[in-house]
Amino acid sequence: MKPLLAACALFSLAAGAAAQSARTERAAIENGERVYLSVGCQACHGTVGHGGAARRLAPNTLPLPAFTAWVRNGSPGWSLASGMPAFPPSVVGDADLADIRAYLASLPAPPPVAEIPLLAP
Amino acid sequence: MEKPPKPNVDRRSFLAGAATGAAAALIAKQTPAAAQPAAEEAAVEPSAAGRPASDFMVDIFKSLDMEYMFSMCASSFMGIHESVLNYAGNRNPQSITCTHEEISVAMANGYAKIAGKPVLVCAHATVGAQHAAMALYDAWCDRVPIYLVLGNTNDAADRQGEVFWLHSAQDPAALVRDFTKWDDNPASLTHFAESAVRAYKIAMTPPMGPVALVVDEKMQEEHAPADARMPKLSVPTPPAADSGAIAEVAKLLVAAENPVIVASRAARTPAGLALMVELAEALQAGVVDSRRRLNFPTRHPLCGGSVAEADVVLALEPGDLSNVARQARQRNAKVVSITATHLFQRSNYQDFQRYAEVDLSIAADAEASLPALIEEIRRLTTGARRETFRQRGERVAEANRRSFEQARVDASYGWDASPVSTARLSMELWAQLKNEDWSYVTGWVNWPLRLWDFTQHHQYIGRAGAEGVGYYAPASVGAALANLKHGRISVSIQPDGDLMVAPGALWTAAKYQVPILIVMQNNRAYHQEVMWFQRAALKRNRSLELTQEGFGLGNPNIDFAKLAESLGVGASGPISDPKDLAAAIRRGIAVVKRGEPYLIDVVTQPR
Repeated sequence: MKPLLAACALFSLAAGAAAQSARTERAAIENGERVYLSVGCQACHGTVGHGGAARRLAPNTLPLPAFTAWVRNGSPGWSLASGMPAFPPSVVGDADLADIRAYLASLPAPPPVAEIPLLAP
Repeated sequence: MEKPPKPNVDRRSFLAGAATGAAAALIAKQTPAAAQPAAEEAAVEPSAAGRPASDFMVDIFKSLDMEYMFSMCASSFMGIHESVLNYAGNRNPQSITCTHEEISVAMANGYAKIAGKPVLVCAHATVGAQHAAMALYDAWCDRVPIYLVLGNTNDAADRQGEVFWLHSAQDPAALVRDFTKWDDNPASLTHFAESAVRAYKIAMTPPMGPVALVVDEKMQEEHAPADARMPKLSVPTPPAADSGAIAEVAKLLVAAENPVIVASRAARTPAGLALMVELAEALQAGVVDSRRRLNFPTRHPLCGGSVAEADVVLALEPGDLSNVARQARQRNAKVVSITATHLFQRSNYQDFQRYAEVDLSIAADAEASLPALIEEIRRLTTGARRETFRQRGERVAEANRRSFEQARVDASYGWDASPVSTARLSMELWAQLKNEDWSYVTGWVNWPLRLWDFTQHHQYIGRAGAEGVGYYAPASVGAALANLKHGRISVSIQPDGDLMVAPGALWTAAKYQVPILIVMQNNRAYHQEVMWFQRAALKRNRSLELTQEGFGLGNPNIDFAKLAESLGVGASGPISDPKDLAAAIRRGIAVVKRGEPYLIDVVTQPR
């Protein structure tokens, strides 16, 4: 009986941890989308990171260290007239930046081009 | 309320135009179609009971084949306006009311880029010219002929009160002289006649551009003398490159391993587009088209090239060539430019761009120079070179094919997003346009140029020459007016901020039943400036919280469908779900085919 109870307890803990993790991940994605839009990333990258005036960010989002470095440094030689500017922590903190990355990484890939009739050559 | 007269072609002709094929009409004419009376046969009636001079002025405009008169009405050119309406029967030119002089000139810009000739534009000398100035500068930078008449009261003794003084100037054309090719303030009717014809001649000689003619109000009311005559018009043939220069360029190009052609405004006319294809095919060289006009068919295998790898760059009526020239120098590549802008430039406004260090600079009109260049290239191309060219052409075509495939893949991202992606919007439009005789009259969105199949000169007329906001709406209406007689479906992807500068263009489209499908790119901000602000604030380590305060066009969101309907244009929207686009576009095209304008408000992604 005791091993069964222990197993149930462990299972509950694990399930609880997974649920908590899922909620945390969901919360991170939701926060990431909110910050992404409030900081104005969509102006160049689109609301779903599909690109526009600047590169596509999703899917295949950069790993977090590279993503963070890109945002913190901006594109090489960026100026008032061109390039991605550097975003300091005062504008978007590390935690929010991680959430933005989580949001972008959660976005699904588009259907294959061959399955979009309007894009047939 | 009595409906205003429709534009010069009735709706049946509009619908029939697509079936009969208007190829001949597409060829821009250098000289007006109207027959020029011989010197001994001046078509001016004797002045008996006081035929006003403005009747004679309108006779001159008729002889210049002015199809329309675009104006916001004003007292200073009332004589001319009355003569257009009553003497000329409001036909050739037909009076088209605009609600702002910027609309008048921008409409004339769009019209001229399709029709290949100017219309008459009239405005007050002071306040009218001030309103018109930005649109005039757009045309100047874009090398478009604009024929602007400014009404003025030259003699102080004739100014009847305070408003006349406010609307008069000593030198009215001074305001616009920096971005017009020529101007005059004739002192007599004979002087007017010669200046009116000379102005047309100058406007239509490459590099083409705006001209301004100041016309005294009192002169318009004088009696035309019995012996008043219309001078004969002869537009100069466009300046072509001399044979020595042609020989040198052809030799360079034929010997090159990887020549690339860059073009901005090379194809002035449909004939120019055909010549560009001949040139590229003769060399099997890629063409990089920056599309201030449609210089090359977008799905031609040779459309596209790598300037960075070129050993010879041939630049035809280019824009800013300085970077291309600098990079070419670094790899010992040669750059040749052929452009008429060397023949005429002004200095105050800096539209002439940074100095480009090229190897051979030919002051000539590119289109006029192409026949001789093509012939010489063909003459020099022998068997062995021909095979080299063929292999090069295959490589260029393969690279362009891959580029097109990549564009299709790029377009798929955000395909189902809301707000609507500009790629999705463009391809929904294309699906319903591609089998019609269509014309993408204005649009800031680049997806059509990446994915649609542009083959004819009238299908694209470029952007605002000076990138001045407020060009797109009126220019698209003007272009649609020129397309009307050919039965073409004109479509614009209209930026929201641009429409708000001069929304009265919609009213003009409604009043004169100009068939155009206006699809809003309603992204609810001035996004170019959003990016600038972001960079400025972040450079200073400051907040972005007030971005929408400074640059947003929302809160309240503009209801463009209601705006259009209030101005007499049928409309639908706003549409945020891309699945709703097809039905809306279908409805819109049906309305346009009936000969009416229609607007679809689409809420789009930022870019």
